[in-house]
Amino acid sequence: MSCPMHSPESPRPEKSDSRSGPLTSVDRRQFLTEGVRAAGAVLLGAGAVGLAAHSGEKEPMVWQIDPDLCTACGRCATECVLDPSAVKAVQFYPLCAMCDVCTGYFDPNHRERTTAAENQICPTGAIRRVLVAEQAGVPRFEYHIDEPLCIGCGKCVVGCAMMNGSLYLQVRHDRCCNCNQCTIALACPAQAFRRVPASRPYLLKRKAQAILAAKEHQG
Amino acid sequence: MNRPRRPRIVPASRKAADAETGGGRFAVGIHLGKAKPRLLVALMGILVFCSAQGFPSSGWAEELLVRPEIPGYQTPDWQTAYQRAAPKPTWQEWLDVGYLAVGLALASWLALRRRSRTGLLLLAVVSLVWLGFWRKGCVCPIGAIQNVAAGLADPAFLVPWSVLVIFLLPLVATLFFGRTFCAAVCPLGAIQELAALRPVRVPNWLEHVLGLVPYVYLGLAVVWAASGAGFLICQYDPFVNFFRLGGDRALLLFGACVLLLGVFVGRPYCRFLCPYGAILGLLAKCSKWHVSIAPEACINCRLCEEACPYGAIQTPSAPLEPTHRPIARRRLAVMLLALPILVALGAGLGAMLDRALAWMHPTVRLAEQVRLEESAQAQGIPLPTTQALEAFRAHGRSKGQLYAEALRLRRWYRWAGMLLGAWVGLVVGGKLIHLSIYPHRTDYQTDRARCVSCARCFWYCPLEQVRRGWIRDIAEIVPPDRLPPSSPSPSVG
Repeated sequence: MSCPMHSPESPRPEKSDSRSGPLTSVDRRQFLTEGVRAAGAVLLGAGAVGLAAHSGEKEPMVWQIDPDLCTACGRCATECVLDPSAVKAVQFYPLCAMCDVCTGYFDPNHRERTTAAENQICPTGAIRRVLVAEQAGVPRFEYHIDEPLCIGCGKCVVGCAMMNGSLYLQVRHDRCCNCNQCTIALACPAQAFRRVPASRPYLLKRKAQAILAAKEHQG
Repeated sequence: MNRPRRPRIVPASRKAADAETGGGRFAVGIHLGKAKPRLLVALMGILVFCSAQGFPSSGWAEELLVRPEIPGYQTPDWQTAYQRAAPKPTWQEWLDVGYLAVGLALASWLALRRRSRTGLLLLAVVSLVWLGFWRKGCVCPIGAIQNVAAGLADPAFLVPWSVLVIFLLPLVATLFFGRTFCAAVCPLGAIQELAALRPVRVPNWLEHVLGLVPYVYLGLAVVWAASGAGFLICQYDPFVNFFRLGGDRALLLFGACVLLLGVFVGRPYCRFLCPYGAILGLLAKCSKWHVSIAPEACINCRLCEEACPYGAIQTPSAPLEPTHRPIARRRLAVMLLALPILVALGAGLGAMLDRALAWMHPTVRLAEQVRLEESAQAQGIPLPTTQALEAFRAHGRSKGQLYAEALRLRRWYRWAGMLLGAWVGLVVGGKLIHLSIYPHRTDYQTDRARCVSCARCFWYCPLEQVRRGWIRDIAEIVPPDRLPPSSPSPSVG
């Protein structure tokens, strides 16, 4: 579409004009612009290639809680961008002493040792208490985390820490959206959050590692 | 409280922690001692069992209750439950990168070729929904700056290919088409573009001063990410909490304030904070193509003068008068000389900031807390403990290690602060030099660094209105005294 106002005396300087004459400011600027553009492109390409070349031996990272640092302060339940949180309590079974009076299961002020809600420490009833056997008159229970119910508040973790500490908090990677900056990590008073290689996304307590090492030693 | 005595099964540090967190109420022994003697016996039995069996190589033997061996009972497999990691959906990465590429191409085509603001606005809404509310604002080239910085600084930190592409694509697109990414692809830009209902013009001097902030923010964010102190840009993203429909209340309020300000001051985040916008602005200055206000040669009718809410329209400037030339030349020379001085000054001041900067690193903060506690203990002053200190003690890391790490970080921050200061000096010096150059402009142009290709100004241009067929002749809206001198033809040819 042509415009009636397009006049040949347009004040816009034409590129072809400047070629023949002495070096004008337009020419100079254009040269600079193109130079910078080319330099920018080269720099971007070099940076990309450099980073890509370096990434060969590296692994993608995901967020995880170091259970030895975690104080189970309860912020995991409230600070995660997900609701309920991607942090869940986990049970490391080889460490659990299968107590009858489980300090991670029962409220400290529980009235009777039943599975009634008011006796439980878990606000959502996410721990399943299963009778396994009775040894010398002592009932043995296994405690399982019902993950869909767990909100990651860590109340059971605090309780269990009085005994063996087999319950602890971990970021569950089937839920975690792996934010660039984990909001719980920012709020964590113990700096327990860190990035770990995605191929080994869960961390064990040192105690648990020791038990596993001992078992391996024996077996 | 008559707490019955029982053998130590809880380490002392944890007992202190329990007492502090209210775990002291947790005296199971009260119940055990009074009402449940059977259980006490059981507990003692377990402890005897524990001491008899023990864990020779663990070193935790006297602290642990031993898991009973129950015949015929198989311990649930903890490993399958533990190693359950959701495989990352690769199609999602491809989809994100694909949307970004298509969005950039579409935005560039809409802005440069179609010159369609409606199209750009529609694309902005789609981007807002897709990248903002669906992908929670996490397909974010702005945030990717930090991944790249961390990847360059930390040899163990991998920048996934998708993040690298997300970081580079808009940069490359900007080298060719200008900041079309800001126009309609960036969800942060989109939400502000839609909010800019009553934009006022920011005074030029303020625009210049505030325009330096993104460069400083960029430097800070790079230092933060490279040091491992955290990702500053993500932490203080004003709109990400909107996209997630919830979050920290203070940040939600900050976002609301930015958005409210954005009603009157167009795109406050993009112009005065966004570090990626700073990079894009520099690249856009030498972009191959760029939107122009008029579809053809500008006729200097001045109708677009006030159109831009982002202060990105440059008015024509007369060439300097010969008498002013020496002054301008001298000023430029002074500014050029001032640049290295400013850089050196910035570096010196930045190096002095090492303490303040290092304080932002959690490890340094912890070390200072431990040190404070140590010195307070030495003087016999009781200090309330903190969760950070509890965690440090429970972890059993030595103080020496922590102090050494903190000192290493302090030294690192001295260099980083020096570089940061030099960068700020460079930015200020560059701005001063830029302000001392008087380019000769003959028509209305976009300031490529500031222009986000939003296409608002197009509709103000009479040539554009003729092109669209809204008016038949520019004389319909251009005042006669502003019509170009060449005789206008009365109607469209």
